[in-house]
Amino acid sequence: MFIIGELINGMYADIQAAISSRNKLIVQKCALEQVACGASALDVNCGPASKNPLIDMPWLIEAVQEVTDKPLCLDSSKAEVIKAGLKVSKNKTIINSTTADEEKLDVLLPLAKQYNSQLVAITISKKGIPQNKDQRLELAANIVAYCQDNGFPVEDLYLDPILLPVNVAQEQIKGILESIHEFKLLCDPSPKTIVGLSNLSQGIRLRSLINRTFLTMSLAYGLDSAILNPKDNELMDALITAELILNKNIYCDSYLEAYRKK
Amino acid sequence: METQLALEKWPHEISTVIIGAKNEHGGSRSHSIEIGGQKSLPLLFKEGVIPNKPKIAFEVWDIAPVDWDSELVSAYGKSIKDPFAWVDKCVNDFKAELLCLKMQGAHPDSGDKGAEESAKFVSELLSRTGVPLIIIGCENDVKDNLIMPLISEAAKKERCLIGCAVQDNYKTLAASALADGHTIIAQSPIDINIAKQLNILISDIGLAFERIVMDPTIGSLGYGLEYAYSIMERARLAALSGDKSLASPFICFVGQEAWKAKEAKASANQGIIWEVITASSLIQSGADLLVMRHPKAIEKVNNFIEMLYKG
Repeated sequence: MFIIGELINGMYADIQAAISSRNKLIVQKCALEQVACGASALDVNCGPASKNPLIDMPWLIEAVQEVTDKPLCLDSSKAEVIKAGLKVSKNKTIINSTTADEEKLDVLLPLAKQYNSQLVAITISKKGIPQNKDQRLELAANIVAYCQDNGFPVEDLYLDPILLPVNVAQEQIKGILESIHEFKLLCDPSPKTIVGLSNLSQGIRLRSLINRTFLTMSLAYGLDSAILNPKDNELMDALITAELILNKNIYCDSYLEAYRKK
Repeated sequence: METQLALEKWPHEISTVIIGAKNEHGGSRSHSIEIGGQKSLPLLFKEGVIPNKPKIAFEVWDIAPVDWDSELVSAYGKSIKDPFAWVDKCVNDFKAELLCLKMQGAHPDSGDKGAEESAKFVSELLSRTGVPLIIIGCENDVKDNLIMPLISEAAKKERCLIGCAVQDNYKTLAASALADGHTIIAQSPIDINIAKQLNILISDIGLAFERIVMDPTIGSLGYGLEYAYSIMERARLAALSGDKSLASPFICFVGQEAWKAKEAKASANQGIIWEVITASSLIQSGADLLVMRHPKAIEKVNNFIEMLYKG
């Protein structure tokens, strides 16, 4: 699985403080710790409190790429913030994210092409969050068709079915799992699939258990990538074990250690 | 319309292992042998670089072999009775570039030679020949744990490939290899899970994956060749996909297995054929290093390798 570390986010107090005091060592430590724990890429988000994301985003990116060449997932709902980040990125990039709305795709897809970036597309539109699997699939199909019509390689597209907290939308979670599988059937080569795992457990108890249980289930449905906390050891153990059970890695008694030596 | 080949692109590669240290690397070998390093499945030259051909080591013992077939014995003539003359014959007459020395004489049933005597033998052999060495014990764990540390020390800095470490007995050998600058053979009983586990255990001691060569344990033609073949294939697929703990080159003890077969002993030529077929099949499943016995079989397999790699 392509693991995107979620911890460089201004939503967290330490990163928010680092941004406002311009202390890049804290950001860099956070980046390296996530990589050491198995992150294949790093999400970068200035957070809701950032007063000047057009300056904060490039600063964060420059700080991170001083210490790692892992791909960076530029996380903002504002296209101009993403553009400011892309301008300074030397590492590979993933734009996070567009919605299914054409006016968003019209801006972000050309940016992705221009900067040779991959693109996360969430299956929501200005009509709101889809309420069932069929609505998710319809939005996903629109996004895929838009990419095909505009010459963007579908294998560089990550479709996000938008995870909702389990206490808010319990009846939707099974449909979300099924969407992950069905997104892959939309075309060949198929788009990649991604979830922002922590959304599932916002504001509820036993977060780590709920996250890792969903992650193992979604792996069985063919999930390619997740934005998650790689420093959650039990989550990573569950991920490695799920991949083992799905025959992605060869068993040995020390398979957890073997995976981490990769 | 021209047929398009469906080419696979692999993100990772097999480790490169070097056997034998020349002067500039602190040893006294006349040359060194490089194996592994490929970025594709065996012989699929269009999919990725395959920098090294499979190599063949002549199997020699520290004593005159007691149970070798008469055809094998006659191929080496009188020299086989004296290990040093046997080595000379391999190097001078048959142009061996790599030797696999088995310390059979230390086995309690084959002379029970002590550690000092065995180490002295290795020292003398190293001073007589510049060919890189693979050195394996007598396949008695207790005895090997006594002789191999001294043998390893006697060959310090020569970058020999020493073996065989197994899951229940790897620490002594791995520590010696680490201390004396050798590489190690990790042997698993036709079991990919144990092969992977053993590589992890050895790397935990401090020997990098790049200093491990895997012996998957093979069977000869008619005696389980296909089991080894499929395990090697599976390990290779995992390794090329990114599993470093299986990305070691393979060593296959072809000679000892082929000449066990009753068919090999049935007639002079058939033994050679048995050894050739076993070796050439294993090359196609990814063998990097073949330990063989009959000079004629070695010649034929070397010719086969040249033909395969002509492109």
